[in-house]
Amino acid sequence: MSQLTDILLLRAGYASTLVLVGSTLLGIAAGVVGVLALLRQRSLLADALAHATLPGLAAAFITAAALGIDGHALPVLLGGATLAGLLALSAVKLLQASPRITPDAALASVLASFFGAGVVLMTVVQNLDTGGQAGLERFIYGQAAAMQSHDVYIAALCSIVACALCLLLLKELRLVTFDPSFGRAIGRPISMLDALVLVLVLAVTVAGLQMVGLIMVVALQIVPAAAARFWTNRLGTMLVISGSIGGLSCAVGAAISASIPKAPTGAVIVLVAGVAFTISMLAAPRRGLLATALRRAGASLRISRAHALRSALERSEETGTPLHSPELLASPHTGGLQRFSLTCAGLLRRGALTDAGIAQARAATRAHRLWEQYLVARALHDPSHADLIADLVEHAATEADVQDLERELALPHAGTLPQSTHPLHAQQTGGST
Amino acid sequence: MNQHSTNTDPPLLVRDMTVAYDKRPVLWDIDYASPPITRGHGSLTAIVGPNGAGKSTFIKACLGLLPVATGNVRFFGQPLAKARALVGYVPQRESVDWDFPVSVLDVVAMGRYRTLGWLSPVTRAAKAQALDALAHVGIDNLAHRQIGQLSGGQQQRVFIARALAQQARLYFMDEPFAGVDAATEQAIIAVLRSLRDQGVTVLVVHHDLQTVPTYFDHALLLNTRLIATGTIADAFTPTNLQRTYGGRLTLLEQASTALAQNIGPAGVRGQA
Repeated sequence: MSQLTDILLLRAGYASTLVLVGSTLLGIAAGVVGVLALLRQRSLLADALAHATLPGLAAAFITAAALGIDGHALPVLLGGATLAGLLALSAVKLLQASPRITPDAALASVLASFFGAGVVLMTVVQNLDTGGQAGLERFIYGQAAAMQSHDVYIAALCSIVACALCLLLLKELRLVTFDPSFGRAIGRPISMLDALVLVLVLAVTVAGLQMVGLIMVVALQIVPAAAARFWTNRLGTMLVISGSIGGLSCAVGAAISASIPKAPTGAVIVLVAGVAFTISMLAAPRRGLLATALRRAGASLRISRAHALRSALERSEETGTPLHSPELLASPHTGGLQRFSLTCAGLLRRGALTDAGIAQARAATRAHRLWEQYLVARALHDPSHADLIADLVEHAATEADVQDLERELALPHAGTLPQSTHPLHAQQTGGST
Repeated sequence: MNQHSTNTDPPLLVRDMTVAYDKRPVLWDIDYASPPITRGHGSLTAIVGPNGAGKSTFIKACLGLLPVATGNVRFFGQPLAKARALVGYVPQRESVDWDFPVSVLDVVAMGRYRTLGWLSPVTRAAKAQALDALAHVGIDNLAHRQIGQLSGGQQQRVFIARALAQQARLYFMDEPFAGVDAATEQAIIAVLRSLRDQGVTVLVVHHDLQTVPTYFDHALLLNTRLIATGTIADAFTPTNLQRTYGGRLTLLEQASTALAQNIGPAGVRGQA
């Protein structure tokens, strides 16, 4: 554990510091660019692009060997990867222009055929005199430990360019990702902005090849972006959050894998990002699964309380039992959970309604009856149907809606409790919902 | 007001427009001139025709969103490149992802982007204009909501507000009444009428033949070819509707009812 903190605090020596800084910078760039790819629905294109770099790497090595240049040189390899990526992009564009090929079919065929070509070329590389030790495999699964200082410069450049462009062009990027045809209609060169997004995706992909490998590099872009979407409804904030998740995942992942011998850095980084995604999906306020479930449970509890209160009040009207009497909410009428929830909300004390409880019971009954009257008066529903439909709408309505109803119905005594439209004994008692 | 509106050029002039997808023509040799602006009043034109007749294609081709095989388009006598500021657009509501992370105000402010520089952020003035446009469609109270939280009718109002923020002299609207509630339909038609009274020309792809005579003053009947164009009385006739829709009787009946209400039953007897 202390080794892990040493690495994170940059105290574990030059090599691991280099890897940590480089991967963090790249993670930030990938997170930022990933938001654009995700929102422009280019996630699969980014994946196809990444897979298509393999034949580029191999072909660059073979060409370099044939020309007598050192094929191990990074600029040669990354140059080849970039060219192959551009070629794959044009192939996708060409295929998608045909009306007989669906966009996803175009992506799948380009991804698979480029990768296939790459695998074939790799065997050619293996059979070259100089090729045996080419080490091209490291680009497939990634090998962060091989990172050198110039890789860190590339990563830094990528993240500075990506962040600066997003900062400067936020407005235009919002337009091209949200509604490209409106953008074109107001005269913006949308294809240029689209191309800019793709160039950023390509740059991050190529820069990330060594670290996470061409199979997983797409996750570095898309997973932080998808996680960030849970936390916010604003594009600017989403870019910041996604960049942070990307950077943090890379830092933590790189540190973990450096403290475990022979751990695959790329895979660990992607796993850490996956954990961040899972946490976001579960725990994010508002959009997260837990928050959604809690909101639903809260709403159904609120509705169940309103039902219990209304049936207590109607029972009191019917039998003449005073509202403060505990009998009204006794066991056969009101469920245990409802009583517990009412007590927690301060509407019930020692089994009897409090003043607040009585006020809420009046309000709930008034809302219900006003809806019933409205439905009977305006939509000619059978009174017993009106009861059911009123039940569906009344809980979603606000006090202002109820006051509108009252005005609409022109009742003589605003704010008082109107009569029920049907005999009360026909009414279901609260019970558990 | 714009200096061009005093000029005699029609707001929209389309000559010999042919659009083809994969060699099959979707629009064939369209010649169209929108009604001139008379005494400061614009016009409301319904673009009607069966599904696949090329209504949306016509709008998109005029706006340069689709390549045209032949033909040219002039706005107030100018080519599109010089007239962008005068032309507004309301795309179909389904054309965008309504779960996108933007607020209502963000979307409406896009109507001002053309006047803002590339690197300029959205200015306070642009936001104020966007808010003003939202007030015109009656949803300025929703300005800071995420767009996914709106109802279908409210989403359509957002698109109308964005178009208003463009402050154009000619609008293309692609099915703005599709799937909206009655209150929104009335709000939109009120906005369209006030635009017309300010000298603005509006062309609307519209599906409900019943409401064409009440909502619009001109019609453009389209089915790959231009079937008829002119005032409702001249163009929206049973003969023309039959030529547009062919033998689809249910649609003809709809139209006949609409005509019976507006022109009188004598006009439709021979056709139905």
